[in-house]
Amino acid sequence: MPSLEYFIVLSAILFCIGVWGVLKSRNAIVVFMAIELMLNAVNLSLVAFASNVRTILARFIQTVPVDQVSDLLRTSTASGQVYVILVMTVAAAEAAVGLAIIISIHRMKDSVNVDDVNIMKW
Amino acid sequence: MIIFFVLAIIAVFGAVMVVTRKSPVASAIYLILVMCSLAGLFALMGALFLAAFQVIVYAGAIMVLFLFVIMLLNLRRDEFGHDTRIIQKYLGFAFALLILIQGVFILGWAMKDYSADAGGISMVESGTTPSETVPPDDYSSAESVAETLFTRFAYPFEITSILLLAAIIGAVVIARKKQPGQDGGEED
Repeated sequence: MPSLEYFIVLSAILFCIGVWGVLKSRNAIVVFMAIELMLNAVNLSLVAFASNVRTILARFIQTVPVDQVSDLLRTSTASGQVYVILVMTVAAAEAAVGLAIIISIHRMKDSVNVDDVNIMKW
Repeated sequence: MIIFFVLAIIAVFGAVMVVTRKSPVASAIYLILVMCSLAGLFALMGALFLAAFQVIVYAGAIMVLFLFVIMLLNLRRDEFGHDTRIIQKYLGFAFALLILIQGVFILGWAMKDYSADAGGISMVESGTTPSETVPPDDYSSAESVAETLFTRFAYPFEITSILLLAAIIGAVVIARKKQPGQDGGEED
């Protein structure tokens, strides 16, 4: 398996493509997809850190009592993955509410172009 | 290593396609490609449960929701939201590139520190060789994740259920069609 750095760099690249999409797109649905992309990039880095917790822990191994290492490994790995599950849940909730807002705006303005939605601008 | 690079190239290619396609349907299909390759990367890291979860929840549920909304809106070609402002297009790319350079720079700085510290001593002393950085399977199995989720993270788990309830109610209330007869009765 490649080391931690590769996954973090890939995560950074995906996140920045997501940022690019949010800044560039005028279509609200594509903006939402770019946000999902950014959330996925963060998930990737969380899983990468959780899977490499043994390497990270090796740095602090002197300060941890030996009999607690196995327990710490287990809880940290599982905790990182639980975070990912929580992020996925929040992403699902966010997508549902956001798409409902898009439907509502489309019903009102007959458009999903974010330049047309400026009622809260001034 | 080869598997990682293949999946990474697929993911980056799909992500670029998501951003650059004109049609939102094509973007959604490419986003599914990104999700699936990320699920492959999760599996590569030993997080098999999360890989399955990624395919089911993201590629399954969320993307179906996206496609459903795209089809429901029934947009005409000219409503897709063309990227009319040329300055926004290039400035957006420049800013994203700036963030990427900044992130990689900080990462390189932090990792230099990290590998200098971690170096030879502690890794060898703890009996860990760099090749076996993947935890054993039982650390990231569904059983272990579920045990942590329902014991240590029981409170966030319950909060998440309330969040989902709020999202369900919010989505229904926001997307509801206003009834002609009850214009004054709308409270939202």
